[in-house]
Amino acid sequence: MIYMTRLRLLVLLLLCLLSSAASAQVTIPDEPSDDPAVEERLARLSHELRCLQCKNQTLADSPSSIAADLRREIRTQIKAGKSDEEIIAFLRQRYGDFILFRPRVRPTTYLLWFGPFVLLAGGLFVLFRYVRQRRDAIAEQPLTAEERRRAEEMLRS
Amino acid sequence: MRYLIPLVLFLVLVVFLAIGLTRNPDELPSALLDKPAPTFRLPQLKDPAKTFSADDMRGKVWVMNVWASWCVACRDEHQYLGGYSKSGAVPIYGLNYKDTSENALAWLDELGDPYVLSAVDSDGRVGMDYGVYGAPETYLIDKSGTIRLKHVGPITPDVWNKEFLPLVQQLNRQ
Repeated sequence: MIYMTRLRLLVLLLLCLLSSAASAQVTIPDEPSDDPAVEERLARLSHELRCLQCKNQTLADSPSSIAADLRREIRTQIKAGKSDEEIIAFLRQRYGDFILFRPRVRPTTYLLWFGPFVLLAGGLFVLFRYVRQRRDAIAEQPLTAEERRRAEEMLRS
Repeated sequence: MRYLIPLVLFLVLVVFLAIGLTRNPDELPSALLDKPAPTFRLPQLKDPAKTFSADDMRGKVWVMNVWASWCVACRDEHQYLGGYSKSGAVPIYGLNYKDTSENALAWLDELGDPYVLSAVDSDGRVGMDYGVYGAPETYLIDKSGTIRLKHVGPITPDVWNKEFLPLVQQLNRQ
């Protein structure tokens, strides 16, 4: 079984290698800046941004060519003295809100942001009402003298 | 009655999931729709001494198709592009995206050139201004230079006839 998965993994790896060899896309390698402050800001920003091609990865993690391009662009803009807001505005203008990993709070995302709390409140309300109903339904019945005697007997043994 | 509630909830869930299945997750809402097409000036693929700019197309309705020789889906799309181009409905210009000119020219030689001309965007910087994230992507730009339609992925005859042509006719009348 384990052998099988390893084999499959190997085949998958080979396929990946093949497909990357087949495409002669112009890729400009990532060239980190000498300034650690620039790299630190780039890392922070690119963890907040989504890769457009492999949608569940951040720009920082993605190996795709477009992510490399965007990282390079962000680096250039940081060096040009642009603020984080300006850089994010630049990207949003081109790629829309989708590029943000943390969606903005706006009418179209209200359901996303507040939906869980509405559900929680609704659940608490239902639970509360149910508990109260049951408490009212089960009237308290004091033990009779006979029941009390039997209970004490059981506790003693 | 109370046993119906889970059933109704389940059916609502099914409806939502069914809608989700019919949507294409690769198609992102374009941020540039109804915005001015970003301006650029790039060398032409077949004659690098000459340039092409989106501004040259002012007053015309035109289509810009982002393509590359490494792009598998572009090859798929190419079989239709020639026909669209020959029909004369709208001029189709190419943006050769992150490609080497050598490969791009060989590609056009092999498959035919459906474009009026192609502009060379070798580093993809102009593509970035247009919000390109995966070729092929196609833009329909009106006489005032506004992006009126963006399609991600190959333009199949269905997409061309149902989305592009009606809008082209409407924009030409304006």
